[in-house]
Amino acid sequence: MTGTTETTEPATARTRLVTGPGMLLVWLYGVMSVGAASRSVYEISAKFDEAPLAYTLSAVAAVVYVFITYTLVRGGETARRAALVCCAAELAGVLVVGTWTLVAPSAFPDSTVWSQFGYGYVFIPVLLPLSGIWWLRRSRTA
Amino acid sequence: MLDALTVAVSVAALALAAWCGFAAYRDQPTKDWHFIGMAVVTFLVLAQLVVGIVQLVRGEKAEEGTTIFVAYLLGALCAVPIAGFMSLAERTRWGSATVAAGAVVLAVLEVRLFDIWTVG
Repeated sequence: MTGTTETTEPATARTRLVTGPGMLLVWLYGVMSVGAASRSVYEISAKFDEAPLAYTLSAVAAVVYVFITYTLVRGGETARRAALVCCAAELAGVLVVGTWTLVAPSAFPDSTVWSQFGYGYVFIPVLLPLSGIWWLRRSRTA
Repeated sequence: MLDALTVAVSVAALALAAWCGFAAYRDQPTKDWHFIGMAVVTFLVLAQLVVGIVQLVRGEKAEEGTTIFVAYLLGALCAVPIAGFMSLAERTRWGSATVAAGAVVLAVLEVRLFDIWTVG
């Protein structure tokens, strides 16, 4: 009985992603989620017409951050893989949007969360997915 | 009054960040003294929230709008306590690192709050 509790109870069998460095990571993702989500809700509801592209991209960033935060808190192998895919998408998003804002600044009357590789957020947007991928790869369970 | 509090919170937040960062560096979890420090910082932010709302009620205007100003005041209030609770769940150096990161976030929010409030 005691030996099988781990397999019969999926909640305890799940890989915990929020331990050690994961705690710091989930905090930063949480901060970025709240920041990007509240920012895009405000911008889209108050002044969407000023820079629709920029505000839509900020909203996309917010969704990505919220989803990664959720998967990190949830834990488990499926969530870990989903988070890994999203971190890669996030990194690609930061690089594409960052380059886009530098190449065609006229398309962006106002900035997005990912403008200039996250310059407005002390480059956390470009550093976060890198450390996320590192952490998620490391906590792969045997 | 509000500007003085903003400066005070920023300095206190950076001190807390350094202190908890040092604890993380020395491989220690957050201790009672750290939580007292977090309480002091949170009390200052609470005072800032009250003063900020009183200024608004008196008819003063935040440069970038009331909504953003109040949202940042509330965000600033939550930052350190939430990080503190997370450090209770993570009794290692990483809990201390989380509180240090929370205090840095608070300091950044204070810089933004200064811009949001001040004309120019």
